[in-house]
Amino acid sequence: MKPPASALQARGLQVTLGGRDVLQPMDVSFARGCWTSVAGPNGAGKTTLLKALAGLLPATGEVDVLGVARHSLAPQVRAQQLAWLGQTADGDDDVRAGDVVMLGRLPHQRWWQGPSAQDHAVVQTVMGQTQCWDLRQRPLGQLSGGERQRVLLARALAVQAPVLLMDEPLAHLDMPHQVDWLATVRGLVAQGVTVVSVMHELSLALRADHILLMDAGRVAHQGPCGDPQTHAALRQVFNRRVRVQALGGHWVAMPDEGEGGPSA
Amino acid sequence: MSHRPHLWRWGTAVLLLTVVCAWLGLMTGSEGLDTDWRWSDPIVQDIRWPRTLGAWLAGALLGLAGALAQGLFRNPLADPYLLGSASGAGLGVASALAVVSWSGAVISPGVAWAQPWVWRLGLTGCAFAGAWGAVLLTLLLARGAHHSLRLLLSGVVVGVVLGALTSLLMVAVPQAWPVMQSFLLGSTAMIGMPAVVLMAWVLLPSLAVALAMARWLDGLRLGEDTARSLGLPIGLLRWVLIGVLALCTATSVAQAGLIAFVGLVAPHLVRSRVALSYGPLLMLSAAMGGLLLCAADVLARAFMAPRELPVGILTAVLGGGYLLWRLHRQPQRGTP
Repeated sequence: MKPPASALQARGLQVTLGGRDVLQPMDVSFARGCWTSVAGPNGAGKTTLLKALAGLLPATGEVDVLGVARHSLAPQVRAQQLAWLGQTADGDDDVRAGDVVMLGRLPHQRWWQGPSAQDHAVVQTVMGQTQCWDLRQRPLGQLSGGERQRVLLARALAVQAPVLLMDEPLAHLDMPHQVDWLATVRGLVAQGVTVVSVMHELSLALRADHILLMDAGRVAHQGPCGDPQTHAALRQVFNRRVRVQALGGHWVAMPDEGEGGPSA
Repeated sequence: MSHRPHLWRWGTAVLLLTVVCAWLGLMTGSEGLDTDWRWSDPIVQDIRWPRTLGAWLAGALLGLAGALAQGLFRNPLADPYLLGSASGAGLGVASALAVVSWSGAVISPGVAWAQPWVWRLGLTGCAFAGAWGAVLLTLLLARGAHHSLRLLLSGVVVGVVLGALTSLLMVAVPQAWPVMQSFLLGSTAMIGMPAVVLMAWVLLPSLAVALAMARWLDGLRLGEDTARSLGLPIGLLRWVLIGVLALCTATSVAQAGLIAFVGLVAPHLVRSRVALSYGPLLMLSAAMGGLLLCAADVLARAFMAPRELPVGILTAVLGGGYLLWRLHRQPQRGTP
């Protein structure tokens, strides 16, 4: 059987909160083994889209995960295939970093079983990847914002799901750790993992394979990051206040204070 | 992991202190400390021993209920009192007492507390119905448990209203007042063997169910969305644990009355020493609750001997003082 080309596919996905369409009905799909970043102005519905894809919000429409309807999957199976990392997870301060990361192994354990040797090995590996293994004994409340974010990232990686959704994974991270994160994502994608991440920093969002641009609850554009059409759409979505330029072999987004102005 | 020895050290300390408190409990009589006591003495066997054991069990039930509430609602201020379940249990007990008094039966405080099985079970049943109803009412007012602050506010409102109803009942049926008074103040004075057996039978299965779900509570620590993304059955977890919580609170209230702060302080004390996953946290919170109430019971007897202080007053003063001190010491982390 040929595996489906898209790891995640939504048809007619729509979210209504308090009578308002936060997410207009949309069809989106994310290519398998690709990293897609999601960008757009504040309030465009990026977080809502990610939650709706993960099934964490009451939404209408169909979502297929690796070619199988999400609602037909048992919760535990779904959790093994689709990992989600939220924005500013408000963790309990008294829980140890190592225990937090071990939570990512829950979908792989039966409820009466404790963590296996393999679970411990995975936790050590992912905490090494995000450089937080040394923090494993510390309670979450004693960590800085960046350290905490690395622990939460490791928690999402520990699921080892073929599809990984991350909302603002780089929040609070300094440049060296952002670069580490890029390398980690590249490594995952090379192994065939599909990554979808909401990114605030446009220059980092442009490092992805594809970018999905959102505006006012709609998909404004979806395309390869190097495509001039994508750059034009990006400029459009951000009210012509952003310019994309090539710099050292990468695309960079710069603030554009030029002739544009808010009315343009 | 290196927190294991820490955990054992703590567990042992709690156990040793409990043994010391139980010993003191056997020694303390109505005349204060009684150094010349023997196990064969009927007062020790029939009164002091069940009372000490009962105080421990009632405290353990409250400690477990508190730890469950804090984990389930992800709020360090959640406890059986703030969710309205204790007030509901109190109203249940008050209604039972009022009906019995109103029907003409004369119940002196001693008789009411020391009555055997049927009475105990009936009282506990009424308390459970009250606690369960109060939690449902709180959940209904808060439109589900999704919103932590709304939940706690509803719990406070339900608690106040049900407390007022209890007072109204007492005004309407003044014959029940003497018995009711010791209930409202919280008292371990009249716990007999039937109450002890009943509490033990509730504590053991409750602890077993809670421990079986401890890993799901751990999953809930990163928020409900993360827990659901991990495939945990949050709905099932919530309903089962609310049931356990109501049962523990009701059983404790029906035997020992309204004892404040034990359910809130016990898990806090445990957390302040060691960062634990929910399995050991639940067990240690129950042990800590037992220890606290056992110690408070000894103090209540010895403090103004030969007069006895209602233990609920003591726990309110000591527990409130402890929480104030903690909030004062850690202003940056004291926000709920």
